[in-house]
Amino acid sequence: MTLEVALQHRFPGVTLDIAFTAPAGVTALHGRSGSGKTSVVNAVAGLLRPQAGRIVLDGQVLFDSAAGVNLPPHRRRMGYVFQDARLFPHLTVRQNLTYGRWFAPPGPGPDLARVVDLLGIGPILARRPGALSGGERQRVAIGRAILSRPRLLLMDEPLAALDDARKAEILPYLERLRDGLGLPVLYVSHAMSEVARLAATLVLIEAGRVTAAGPATALLSDPALAPMIGLRETGAILTARVAAHEADGLTRLDSPAGPLWLPQVAAPPGAALRLRILAQDVMLAVARPEGISALNVLPATVAEIRQGEGPGVLVRLAAGEATLLSRITRRSAGALALAPGRPVFAVLKAVAVAQEDVGSG
Amino acid sequence: MQDWLSPEEWQAVALSLRVSAWAVAASLPLGILVAYALARWRFPGRGLLNGLVHLPLILPPVVTGYLLLLTFGRRGAVGQILDQWFGIVLAFRWTGAALAAAVMAFPLMVRAIRLAIEAVDPRLEQAAGTLGASRPWVFATVTLPLILPGIVAGTILAFAKAMGEFGATITFVSNIPGQTQTLPSAIYSFLQVPGGEAQAARLVLVAIAIAMAALLLSEWVARAIARRIAGA
Repeated sequence: MTLEVALQHRFPGVTLDIAFTAPAGVTALHGRSGSGKTSVVNAVAGLLRPQAGRIVLDGQVLFDSAAGVNLPPHRRRMGYVFQDARLFPHLTVRQNLTYGRWFAPPGPGPDLARVVDLLGIGPILARRPGALSGGERQRVAIGRAILSRPRLLLMDEPLAALDDARKAEILPYLERLRDGLGLPVLYVSHAMSEVARLAATLVLIEAGRVTAAGPATALLSDPALAPMIGLRETGAILTARVAAHEADGLTRLDSPAGPLWLPQVAAPPGAALRLRILAQDVMLAVARPEGISALNVLPATVAEIRQGEGPGVLVRLAAGEATLLSRITRRSAGALALAPGRPVFAVLKAVAVAQEDVGSG
Repeated sequence: MQDWLSPEEWQAVALSLRVSAWAVAASLPLGILVAYALARWRFPGRGLLNGLVHLPLILPPVVTGYLLLLTFGRRGAVGQILDQWFGIVLAFRWTGAALAAAVMAFPLMVRAIRLAIEAVDPRLEQAAGTLGASRPWVFATVTLPLILPGIVAGTILAFAKAMGEFGATITFVSNIPGQTQTLPSAIYSFLQVPGGEAQAARLVLVAIAIAMAALLLSEWVARAIARRIAGA
């Protein structure tokens, strides 16, 4: 599956000029609100007709302004999960879920029982949307989109309207969907934690333009993109393998940066994990620190120091074969006399397991 | 009821019910189409169509009746064609009374349905489109069920209006007992003859009963549908 998008559209206030290619897997569109992410998804779905451009899915032209092609939404077969669910109020949950079935061409597709089970919505099938909580509504919307047998799933901030508890409730379902159904997904979000957890490919959009696009792991640990991603969200992504569960409840992981210890990771030895290490959670020391509670201290070399606005600097480190990012103050950088090539020790205050990567590593 | 009302009175009540039922049933599809066009489409002449639909609400009913006579009378522009080509005559027939009632009730019907359509979130219709439903299917499976309370309200309002229509009817199709003498025309006739007050009063009671029944029915149906949509 490959989705090629190229479009230009002038709105009052912002002009969209976007081009990117989304390979198989989850592709995240990330940018500030108002940057044009939703318009891109609407154009792919056929709800917005761009003034110029071309959208091709797997060789099928969905839209081509030069050739005058513009397939209506119902013939594009995109499963669209809207930010606001948009369930049909006059239908029960079950009828909502099976709505798209009526119009899908015959053929194999995910079956109702499996999707209901995957999303955990069995007990509410007979209810109507008016009586559901926000999290339940969003799960039904996701199920409804999947069951219409789409060729591509479009998700526009599907978690934005939910509080943190609900988000935490739905994210695992999204991961299971991604891994279990093998559907390509275009995922719009301004929450980097969701992107880091779900996306294989990342497209950064700012003021109607693509500023960077590529593999999520590479983009997230690129200090040059930190201002776009947000300093608090900037961090490196490492791929690690579970080595052993140790007797005191810690799990030892082998990463390209060196061994790491994390409290009880729920994955069997040998499993591949994606770890997210935020720049603000990495301290630097010029000598190996003694008498410190942090478990994970990695030797590294300063590769690049990037000065932003404000009192902080972003330090890119080469740790083994991996890249780490550290955000420290300019004063500390001066006091430690940091310069490219200088050996340091990276003290990791926190490491988050971003996702369980099945297969692709 | 047949004993309680004289045959002449009963005839007027039955005719009125038939005229109103046909007027409403025949104009409902057009009413939904016009309401949808006014609510959702932007086209040249939209303002004109809106004005035309609402005209009978503002014009004196006698004027509307006279215009109908000019247009649909035997020698009228449309009436002539209907008579010669299809053998349909409206003037001074019960069908003409139905036409007059339909025209007079049309603005009320369109208003109620239009308000209901404007209350439907177009984003729901978009969602149905992305799920594979073409425009007609979206209308049938999403829009129509959601505007059902409005259609019921508009239909009953139009029926009540048709039952009470007097001015345009008497001008267009006159007041012929058994042919075009509807309930209001009959009440008017009884009041013209000495000693007819008792007959008129009975018909007035019938008119009130029908109007009340219609109102209660519409309330009940609208509430039942709303409960179904909001329901658990």
